[in-house]
Amino acid sequence: MTYALSLDHVCYTYHSLKQETPALHNVSFHIKSGEFVAVVGPSGCGKSTLLHLIARLLSLDSGEILINGYPLVISKEKVGYMLQNDQLLPWKTIYENAVLGLKIQKIRDPAAYERVEHLLTSYGLEDFRDSYPDQLSGGMRQRAALIRTLALSPDILLLDEPFSALDYQTRLNVSNDIGTIIKKEHKTALLVTHDLSEAVSMADRVIVLTRRPGTVKSIIPIHLSCPERTPKNARNAVEFKDYFNQLWRDINDT
Amino acid sequence: MTREPSEAQKQYLQSLQRRKYWILAAQVLLLLAILAAWEISVEKGYLNGFIFSSPQRIVQCFYTMLKDQSLFFHIGITLTETIASFLLVMVLTLGVSVLLWWCRPAADVLEPYLVVLNSLPKSALAPILIVWLGNNMKTIIITAISIAVFGSILNLYHGFMKVDPERLILIRTLGGSRTDCLRLAVIPSCIPLFISLMKVSIGLSLVGVIIGEFLAAKAGLGYLIIYGSQVFKMDWVMMSIILLCLIAMLLYRLLHAAEKYAVKHM
Repeated sequence: MTYALSLDHVCYTYHSLKQETPALHNVSFHIKSGEFVAVVGPSGCGKSTLLHLIARLLSLDSGEILINGYPLVISKEKVGYMLQNDQLLPWKTIYENAVLGLKIQKIRDPAAYERVEHLLTSYGLEDFRDSYPDQLSGGMRQRAALIRTLALSPDILLLDEPFSALDYQTRLNVSNDIGTIIKKEHKTALLVTHDLSEAVSMADRVIVLTRRPGTVKSIIPIHLSCPERTPKNARNAVEFKDYFNQLWRDINDT
Repeated sequence: MTREPSEAQKQYLQSLQRRKYWILAAQVLLLLAILAAWEISVEKGYLNGFIFSSPQRIVQCFYTMLKDQSLFFHIGITLTETIASFLLVMVLTLGVSVLLWWCRPAADVLEPYLVVLNSLPKSALAPILIVWLGNNMKTIIITAISIAVFGSILNLYHGFMKVDPERLILIRTLGGSRTDCLRLAVIPSCIPLFISLMKVSIGLSLVGVIIGEFLAAKAGLGYLIIYGSQVFKMDWVMMSIILLCLIAMLLYRLLHAAEKYAVKHM
């Protein structure tokens, strides 16, 4: 079968004046369409590098990345990227920010703009359509950033610690919101985080990377028994702490 | 949310307002005091009116030149030169900064040259420019540009380089090219910096124009100052200096208003 995203023996090394730093070594994993996968690992293990490679911001040294079965270099498959900070442009309104990607790619299809309107309405931002980012709370801004990413209907969503700039309470709410939206839109997502409970609560599978140079240490499928699998409910599932402890052991054991 | 402000808030606002008026009154009084002291000292003979001029003489001089229409001619020349230099400085600043941002190797190669040109006292160049370009307006405008442009370029280029790299990553992840990065992230991020550079440049352009006029001119306020001092027409000199003060303030105020407008509409 073709995976939505597959990585085969991916290697990447950073070069600087003082030294070369191998960041990733022989990283391989596969993600099915519609799956939500989280990547955790000790800090500096190359988690963000992984996303930069998939988003074509860096080019890999060796190995292969396939999206829907097509190699990254030739594929026209779209990759959506959510950054640590919402990075809404302060001089544009929420609507203008949400359609930024469409404008950049010169997409004129009215259906795409309608979808943005629809997303803004569904996720509680229609009253703030013409407001500027600094008039919104952190959670709303992060939702607007997600809509900006979804506007281009990406095949894969990459989330680069998108909640780490928020305070704890907002963070729980926003990760619940964003997790629910992604599931509802049936998106394939790859989340990088250093927060283990966030990983367990949001993901279908969690990939643990080792210390630098990062390789896959283990891949843990998450099965939680809770009535409706939202990130908030997941935290109350009985298995939650077992998974947390297992990840904790795996990370410290690398 | 429009609630009647409390008594204490009203009092606070009133005290702020009072303070504002008080400062304005003090500023006006200080000016009047200086003018009065000047006038009286000349009248009583403590100062020589021939060398120091006096407010009354300046007003008379202003009035005579207003009548024979030579005043507006000189002011017009200086203003035209200043505004022309200023506009050219801003166009050059934006153009060269974009070029340097676009082509990092060029920026690395040119940086030491820009730094040297920026710290060089540009009035040293003016005599060369006269020899090369002649005794005309071109020389004056180029002198003024050379004074303002290098610092302005260095500042704007550094501003461009300091734009949050995540903001550029965002544009790239949305499929944007380098032009998109420039158009959507780099330039808009630097508009406040650009406006503050405009405020500095307008002042420097005026300085440059006056230096240029000292050396190569047949008209303008700088010419009036240098010519007046040579023929001991101190009334001309003093009047021109006062007019320069007013022009400098006016130009600054204009840009300040433009800045406020830009901030409000962004």
